[in-house]
Amino acid sequence: MHEIIAKQGLSPNVTRLDVKAPRIAQIRQPGQFVIVHLAEGAERIPLTIADADPERGTIALVIQAVGKSTRDLVALEPGQAIAGIAGPLGKPTELIEKGRALCVGGGVGTAVVHPIAQGLKRRGIPVHSIIGGRSREWVIFEPELRQLGEVTVCTDDGSYGRKGFVTDAARELLAAGGIDMVYAVGPVPMMRAVVNLTRPLGVPTIVSLNPVMVDGTGMCGGCRVTVGGQTLFACVDGPEFDGHHVDFDGLMDRLGTYREFEQRASQACEAGQCRVGLH
Amino acid sequence: MSEKYTTRERLKIDRQKMSEQDPQVRNANFAEVNLGLQEKVALLEAERCLQCRDPKCVSGCPVMVNIPRFLDLLSEGNLAGAAQSLLSDNALPSVTGRVCPQETQCEIECIRGHKGLPVAVGYLERYVGDWAQGHRDQVPMQVAPATGRRVAVVGAGPGGLTAAGELARRGHEVTVFEALHKPGGVLVYGIPEFRLPKKIVEDEVSRLEQAGVKIVCNTVIGRTYTIQELRAEFDAIFIANGAGLPVFMNVPGENFKGVYSANEYLTRVNLMSAYQFPRADTPVLLGRRVATVGGGNVAMDSARTAKRIGAEASMIVYRRTRKEMPARAEEIHHAEQEGIEFEFLVAPVEVVGNEKRWVTGLKCVRMKLGEPDASGRARPEIIPGSEFVIPCDVVVVAIGTRANPLLTATCPELKLNKWGNIVVDEQGMTSLPGVFAGGDIVRGAATVILAMGDGKRAAAAMDEYLKTAPRLSRSAAVAV
Repeated sequence: MHEIIAKQGLSPNVTRLDVKAPRIAQIRQPGQFVIVHLAEGAERIPLTIADADPERGTIALVIQAVGKSTRDLVALEPGQAIAGIAGPLGKPTELIEKGRALCVGGGVGTAVVHPIAQGLKRRGIPVHSIIGGRSREWVIFEPELRQLGEVTVCTDDGSYGRKGFVTDAARELLAAGGIDMVYAVGPVPMMRAVVNLTRPLGVPTIVSLNPVMVDGTGMCGGCRVTVGGQTLFACVDGPEFDGHHVDFDGLMDRLGTYREFEQRASQACEAGQCRVGLH
Repeated sequence: MSEKYTTRERLKIDRQKMSEQDPQVRNANFAEVNLGLQEKVALLEAERCLQCRDPKCVSGCPVMVNIPRFLDLLSEGNLAGAAQSLLSDNALPSVTGRVCPQETQCEIECIRGHKGLPVAVGYLERYVGDWAQGHRDQVPMQVAPATGRRVAVVGAGPGGLTAAGELARRGHEVTVFEALHKPGGVLVYGIPEFRLPKKIVEDEVSRLEQAGVKIVCNTVIGRTYTIQELRAEFDAIFIANGAGLPVFMNVPGENFKGVYSANEYLTRVNLMSAYQFPRADTPVLLGRRVATVGGGNVAMDSARTAKRIGAEASMIVYRRTRKEMPARAEEIHHAEQEGIEFEFLVAPVEVVGNEKRWVTGLKCVRMKLGEPDASGRARPEIIPGSEFVIPCDVVVVAIGTRANPLLTATCPELKLNKWGNIVVDEQGMTSLPGVFAGGDIVRGAATVILAMGDGKRAAAAMDEYLKTAPRLSRSAAVAV
């Protein structure tokens, strides 16, 4: 059992849970994720390890409540526990050895960018982060990223930082030159837009993919993605890939596989049939 | 052999039948298909055994169960004796009684099969195994005095659980690491409830726990801990982490929505209980017409599962004929009874989809059998111009698995073959001293009983190894 030590609302539908997982806290590396299994009957959910405190033995999970399973998770309060957390899974981020890095985070993806920026900073790589959200209350992890380097905040409505998309700010920064690597994590359209910017400039770009996953250990193949024409499994070959070769259309499409089920589960939940685990 | 019958009379007893759920009822539920034997029927069937002096059935069994001995005790009505005898040879009889291909192992060797039908060894193994579960106090596990040795087992599937039981019995302290949230491996994520109820697996696991085996779930060796970290903590290790990455067909359209690997399809339904959605949270696409590609047990399990979750048509697409199918005879027979349709001598060339990339069909070609290939089976050849489309909305690919690289990639000292499987010597030991391996990670995709045989043999070899191996000064890095 993994006890919830702290809980914090980061934006209207994004919650941070700091959860006991001492071994994972000790050895996790940037880019890695865990599979969270709340209770018997619950889904197995892949979540990036946004941060870790090895001394306290906790990892930070940042959860966007979009469906029944994620809502069940964010309904947990400190003192309650998650039945199973397996990890750390996935390949660690390929951190550059020298040069300057640009981290682009959109929405909840900003939490995934955070450990990458941490890893870069630890190597002495200067990091510029561009993060964004719909409006001010949707911007997350700004203070944490400011500790690691320069940060540009963008909001769609201009209620905070620059008005516009993260790609607008990224375009300007890239035009100025001197960026050796881009790490981009966020909604699929955002990641696609970023790689479309960096491709003509020849700036290598790593993206973190979030396909549907079940076991997370290479057994089911549900998380298969096409990269450079090859079928790869996000759980063992990723979740980070060379963005210039990712088939984003395919990813986007497969992410829609269970949309109808998600709606049914949410409706059942709203009708008061919500519960945690199978009874 | 009880003295109720003469050999002549014994020869007149017909093979007893096991009752089954009606095919048209069971193809809509997940309850077990085979209903088991009554005690008097089991005892009568046991009388059919002629107690051969040189019992060929035993050498047909991958774990060498002393079949005549337990049948003899059973025929005398000594159930505790029969159970004790069986369990001393086979750690999971309730499982193997249900899932072993007896017809190609013990029963094919049975002398009674030469003239009539062989003794129903599988049914009786199941009967005695189940009896032992219900009467655990009468068949206590006999555990040797503690040796002070700690052993790690990687993977709580059939190979790992068998090794764990054998090692615990010999007095070693055993910890089993399981990557998923539940022990059982393929017995819980792969083999469906209607063939092997999860309760049976839970009971077998709890018997091991009672004997002192510790099972740690949600721990992925190769990620959470490496083999080298375990080596610092345990005197010996048995790796049985199973098969891994599913093989796809590598045809166009394979990433359309509605194409599953059998591993994913079965894991969703079995391990994650997707058939109970929305009572369980994990969904599975409910195909109206489901085409399963492959001819093994996993293909049969998938096709029969599809029928049970509501498919109007569930089809097996296999490139050879019924005769070459690697599935257990009983599974093919049960699938036919349940209304599974078979397309033999057919090979998929493309998954067809609509503009929204949902599966609408499986484009196939017809095959004919040519010369035998390396495996000795006739090589299927394409008949030119024979393309046709099987309309379907879900495709399940059940054509095998490749070695999982998670563990081996983080332990480069382990010698692998060219397919990524771990290489072991006759004792089951890998290139790392004290590290043994067995089951699918060594063999490639094989069967439950072969994995169990590996677990049993490796446990004996590990026990020998531990008699002389140096004792460790432990770092206590692995907190379990």
